[in-house]
Amino acid sequence: MESVYLAFILMLSAFLGFELIAKVPSTLHTPLMSGANAISGITLIGAVLAAGSEHSDLGMWLGAGAVFFATINVVGGYVVTNRMLAMFKKKKSEDGQ
Amino acid sequence: MSQVIQWTYILAALLFAMGIKLLGSADTARKGNALSATGMLLAVVVTLLHHSIVDFRLILLSVAVGSLVGSLAARRVAMTAMPEMVALFNGFGGIASLLVAWAEFTKPSSTSTISTLAILFAVLIGGLTFTGSLVAFAKLSELKLVGVRLGKVIAFPGQKWFNALLVLLCVGVVGTLLVSTGEVSSLFVLLVGLSFLLGCSAVFPIGGADMPVVVALLNSYSGVAACATGIAIQNNILIVAGSLVGASGMILTRIMCRSMNRSLAHVLFSGLGGKLSSSASSTDGEAKPISAQDVYYMLEAARSVVVVPGYGLAVAQAQHTVKELAAQLEALGCDVRYAIHPVAGRMPGHMNVLLAEADVPYDALAEMDDINPLLSGVDVCLVIGANDVVNPAAREDESSPIYGMPIINVDSARNVIVCKRSMSAGFAGVQNPLFFKENTRMLFGDAKASLQELISEFKHT
Repeated sequence: MESVYLAFILMLSAFLGFELIAKVPSTLHTPLMSGANAISGITLIGAVLAAGSEHSDLGMWLGAGAVFFATINVVGGYVVTNRMLAMFKKKKSEDGQ
Repeated sequence: MSQVIQWTYILAALLFAMGIKLLGSADTARKGNALSATGMLLAVVVTLLHHSIVDFRLILLSVAVGSLVGSLAARRVAMTAMPEMVALFNGFGGIASLLVAWAEFTKPSSTSTISTLAILFAVLIGGLTFTGSLVAFAKLSELKLVGVRLGKVIAFPGQKWFNALLVLLCVGVVGTLLVSTGEVSSLFVLLVGLSFLLGCSAVFPIGGADMPVVVALLNSYSGVAACATGIAIQNNILIVAGSLVGASGMILTRIMCRSMNRSLAHVLFSGLGGKLSSSASSTDGEAKPISAQDVYYMLEAARSVVVVPGYGLAVAQAQHTVKELAAQLEALGCDVRYAIHPVAGRMPGHMNVLLAEADVPYDALAEMDDINPLLSGVDVCLVIGANDVVNPAAREDESSPIYGMPIINVDSARNVIVCKRSMSAGFAGVQNPLFFKENTRMLFGDAKASLQELISEFKHT
């Protein structure tokens, strides 16, 4: 892949990121931060690729460590976010009754 | 096979973008989170099909242990400790990016200048995010290190120059690594060490009250680190998701700064400004304690009550008790509302989450700007475990570290009851003149215990 092509992707998705968060009520700042944090665990993909390929022992172990930390980030991040949002949900459904 | 992976990555990217979008609105937030989690699962599973992966044992073991630790930590953590948990998870994301970049660095194949630069950048940002988040975690959970409360501003003279020197050193090491061709692994390890040091040194001087902004910023950094890692290993989905988080985190940081009426530069560097304010300023006058019984008489006669919750409410887990007290008051025909400061607690929205847990109706919650003009007509303001967000020094005392922060003007209400454990200063470490005002009474004790005492007063009469 060419770097120009990567730069294209980078530029467009950064712009998208800026645009997505325009008017967020302050109530949702914490869950939003936590949810975005879980997405930043995407580095797990890179970690899996590093841990699985046998280039060198050091590389594999570094990758395994990365998989461990990134998984905590991803799983923990989504679960925590869901727990926070579940509270809003509960209140809403009872309002509807 | 590589086609399948790429197409799935596109789908995952779409799910992430939609997820973030839906997280921005209360009605759809949960669905958004589920969408983005689905995207993540798809992306990870499909990556396992990649031809370069020959050994699954280490991956499966690490994923299993990581999932266990992550889900246990996320399930067990109390609602009050959510903010520091987010900080900790964020730090783990940072260190993961660093390790991936390191692993890539050990490969002999990576030679292009751009990918080396991306590796070094990922290491720098990843390491800084890691230690910075750990320090933020320690500050938010009010840990103590050799007797020093970490939540304080911790800086040494000349730290500004020390940090500047660190940054210069990092740039120097990155430059050397880029041009040198020989054995450089020790220099690389030095860069890792420098990035760790930089993270600590940058976050230690920031006071506890500003931690939410710092966590938001570090969250953005961990996205940037993932994005740089993506460029290093030439992986689309890392670049897309990383820059999505990096950019949206930056916007969120700005929104949060604005709600505290501070600039990001002020948050990041004010601790280094040299004037480590001697906090014990004007403590003239005397705080007037009040008994639960007297508070009961006051509340019983009140036509309107505004509750201002803060971190103390979260610590005492008193959200259900507050709701119960409010029900008692409403039964007497009193109008009860809750005034929510945008940064009450340790995170924006912290109080909303807690009160939602206790089924407080959404329309009883008022935002700071809406409630402030009405406060002068309110009979009783019940401040429960809030301190800095109701501190009039932010309005009046230009030398105060929190000067300029918008506050809830509870002191304009007819009566103010402050429910507090002791006279100690707030999270920002500043004394609160509100406690010494003519119309303020202090109800000392644990928030939950005090409120329960009040409720029993209502029930006995």
